[in-house]
Amino acid sequence: MSETSQAHPDYNYKVVRQFTVMTVVWGIVGMAVGVLIAAQLFAPALNFDIPWLTYSRLRPLHTNAVIFAFGGCALFATSYYIVQRTCHVRLFSDKLAAFTFWGWQAVIVLAAITLPLGITSSKEYAELEWPIDILIALVWIAYIINFFGTLVIRKVSHIYVANWFLGAFMLTVAVLHIGNSMAIPVSFTKSYSIYAGAVDAMMQWWYGHNAVGFFLTAGFLGMMYYFVPKQAGRPVYSYRLSIVHFWALISLYIWAGPHHLHYTALPDWTQSLGMVMSLILFVPSWGGMINGIMTLSGAWHKLRNDPVLRFLIVSLSFYGMSTFEGPMMSIKTVNALSHYTDWTVGHVHSGALGWVAMVSIGSIYHLIPILFGQKAMYSTRLVNVHFWLATIGVVLYIVAMWMSGVLQGLMWRAVNADGTLTYSFVESLEASKPFYVVRFIGGVFVVAGMLVMAYNCWKTIRAPKDSIAAEPAAQAA
Amino acid sequence: MSTFWTIWISVITLGTILGTFLLLRWCLANKTGVEEGDDMHHFFDGIVEINNPLPRWWTILFYIVIVWGLVYLALYPGLGAYQGLLGWKSSNQGILTLEESRQATERAREEGLLVQYDREMEFAAERFDPIFEAYAQIPVEDLAKDEDALKVGQRLFLQNCSQCHGSDARGQTGFPNLTDDDWLYGGSGAKIKETLINGRIAAMPAWLDSMGEQGISEVVAYTLSLSGRDVDSALAEAGKARFAVCAACHGMDGKGNQAIGAPNLTDDIWLYGGSERAVTETLNYGRNGVMPAFKDTLGENKVHVVAAYVYSLSNK
Repeated sequence: MSETSQAHPDYNYKVVRQFTVMTVVWGIVGMAVGVLIAAQLFAPALNFDIPWLTYSRLRPLHTNAVIFAFGGCALFATSYYIVQRTCHVRLFSDKLAAFTFWGWQAVIVLAAITLPLGITSSKEYAELEWPIDILIALVWIAYIINFFGTLVIRKVSHIYVANWFLGAFMLTVAVLHIGNSMAIPVSFTKSYSIYAGAVDAMMQWWYGHNAVGFFLTAGFLGMMYYFVPKQAGRPVYSYRLSIVHFWALISLYIWAGPHHLHYTALPDWTQSLGMVMSLILFVPSWGGMINGIMTLSGAWHKLRNDPVLRFLIVSLSFYGMSTFEGPMMSIKTVNALSHYTDWTVGHVHSGALGWVAMVSIGSIYHLIPILFGQKAMYSTRLVNVHFWLATIGVVLYIVAMWMSGVLQGLMWRAVNADGTLTYSFVESLEASKPFYVVRFIGGVFVVAGMLVMAYNCWKTIRAPKDSIAAEPAAQAA
Repeated sequence: MSTFWTIWISVITLGTILGTFLLLRWCLANKTGVEEGDDMHHFFDGIVEINNPLPRWWTILFYIVIVWGLVYLALYPGLGAYQGLLGWKSSNQGILTLEESRQATERAREEGLLVQYDREMEFAAERFDPIFEAYAQIPVEDLAKDEDALKVGQRLFLQNCSQCHGSDARGQTGFPNLTDDDWLYGGSGAKIKETLINGRIAAMPAWLDSMGEQGISEVVAYTLSLSGRDVDSALAEAGKARFAVCAACHGMDGKGNQAIGAPNLTDDIWLYGGSERAVTETLNYGRNGVMPAFKDTLGENKVHVVAAYVYSLSNK
C-alpha cells in the first residue's frame, strides 16, 4: 500500500485509487446511457413506455454522468495525484480527501436516482435539485481547501503550471455552481431559480459555457500538463507560452456564455461581447495544444510504440479541432445556421469524447500501474485496441453529427419562390435518421472501448504486486 | 442603460483585451533570467520546463484576433449603451407587445433606420405579399381547384397546423379530422377562414356533480344509441329523459349545433374517442378544446390559402 520505499514522501494514493476506479465505472455507466438515448432517437420504442427510461429524463442523466461523474472523478483522481507529486508533499488532509470521495459518490448516486424520477430544476447541466446542490457545494469547498492547503505546504519553491489550471478550475466552478444554482425551495424536491427571464438565461449560459471552459477545459489542461510530459519523458515545450495562454484563457473564457443565446431576447450588446471574446479565445486555447504537442518534439517515434501517449496526443488534436470549431460557431452568421442543429451536438462530443475522455483515459492508463504497484498495464495490446475503438467511435460520431447538423440547418432555412418553407420539421428529422444510426454505432464503439479498459484495469489491479513486467520498448513491429 | 454601467462594461471589456495584449507583449521578450532554449530550473516530479519563445505564427494570430475584436466593438453594439458606428440592431429592443412592435417598426420605417428583423420582414413582404394578395382575390371554393395554390396551402399547413391535426390532416384525439366533411363550426370557405383567423374555444361542461354516476351511465347509453350502437335499452331510455339538458347545445335530435361548435352525436365520429369509457370521461369531467387564432402570425391572405387547402381536403 504505502509507497515509502520510493524516494518520495508517503503520498495519499488511497483517494487517488478510489477516484481512478470510479472514473472507469462511471464512464461506462454514463456512456452506456448515452448509447441508449442515441438509439431512442431513431427507435423511440426503446423507452419501453416506462417514464424513467424516456429520453427527457435520461438525457440529463447522461450529461451529468459523463461530465460530473466520469469527468469529475477523473479530475479528482488526477488533481490529487498531480498536486502531491508536483508539490513533493502528502495531501493537506486525508479526512477531507475521504469526505470529497464519499460526498462526490453520494452526489452521483442521488443524481442517478432523482433524474429518472423527473426531479429536476430544469437548468441544463445543473438539473440537480437544491439539497444535492448544497451537498455539491460542501464537497467542492472541502476539495478547494484540500488542494490549496497542499499547495501552501508544498516542498518546492514554484507552483507547477498544471496546478495553476487545476486551481483556476476549482475556484471558478465553485463560483459558477453557487451563483447559478441560487434558488428558492418550495419543497424538499422542488425549487425555483431566483433569476427570471433573460437574466436567468444569461446566468444559465454563463454557468453552462464555463462548465465547459473551466470544468472540461482548464481542469483537463491541468491533467494534460502533467501526464503528457510524464508519459513522453520530455520537457514542457515553453514556460512562457504556458503563462500567456493560462492567463488569457481564464480571463477570456468567463465572457463566452452569451454565444449560446444569439438572436434571442438577450440584448445585442451582450451577444456581441460574448462573440468577440469567444473569437479571441481561440488563440490562447491553441496555446495549450501547441505546448502539449510540441512537448513531444524529438520524441515523435514514441507514438509508434506507446498507445497511452497516442491517447494523450490524439486528445490534444481533438482539443485543437474543437477549440477552433467553437469560436467559429460563436460567430453570429455561422451560428444562424448551426444553432439548434446536431452540429452543436457533434461539436460538444468532439470536445467531450475526443478531448476530455481521451486525455482522461490516457492519464488513467498511466496511473493504474503506478497506483497498484505494477510496472505496466496487464495488456498494452488491449490499450491499443481501446485506442482504435475510441478513435473510430469518435470520428463516426462527430462526422455523422456534422453532416446531420449542416443538413438540418440548410433544410430549415430553405424557402420556396412563394416564401413558404420548403421542408417541414419532420422532413428534416427523416433526413437525419441515417446519421442517428451512424452516431449510435460510433457510441457503441466508444463504450466497447471502455469495457476493454475495465477488463484491462481489473486484470492489472487483481494481479499480484509487481508481477507485470514493463513492455520491452522494441515492440514496434 | 445608465452612464455608470456603460463605463463599467467598457472598462472591464477593453481592460481585459488590453490586459491580454500587454501579457502577450510581456512574454514576447525573455524576462525569465534564463537563456532561451534552456530549462527553467524548476523541477516538479521530474518534469522540466524549457524557456522556448512563443511561436511566431501564433503571436501574429493573437494580434489579428485582438485587432478584429476591437474593430468589431467599434462597428457594432457591445460597449454598454454605445450603438456602434454602423447603427445595426437585431431587433427593436425592450418591446413588450405586438402593438409596440408595430409602432416601433412604423417609426423606424419613417426614419429609414430599420433593424435587422424589420429589414428582413420588409424584404420578404416585397417579394411574397403580391403572390398572396392575388390569391386572396379568388374565393376559397375556387382557389381550392388551383393546384399551385394548394401546394402553397399544404406547405403552410405542414408548418403551422400539422403539429395538432397531423401531416395528413386526419387529426388525433382532441384534434378534429379535417378530411371527413364533418364540421364542428361549418365547412364553407368563409367558416373555415373564420375559424383560422379568430380561433375557437369550445367548452363541454362537466356533469358528474349534477348527474351522479348513475345519471352519467344512463346518458352515455343514450348518447351511444344515437349512432346506432347496441346498448342496454332500459339505461338508454332513462338517459333519453336526462338528455334534455344536453339538447340545449347538441339539439333534441343530437345532431349538434355548428353556431356554437357542439358536435353531432349521431354520426359515429368522436373527437375524444367513442368508447364507453371515453364518452363517460367526457361527460364526467367535460372537455376544453382550443383552436389558436392565426390572424397575427399568418395574416389574412395566407389564412385564405390555408383555408382553400383545408376546404379541398373534403371537397375533391
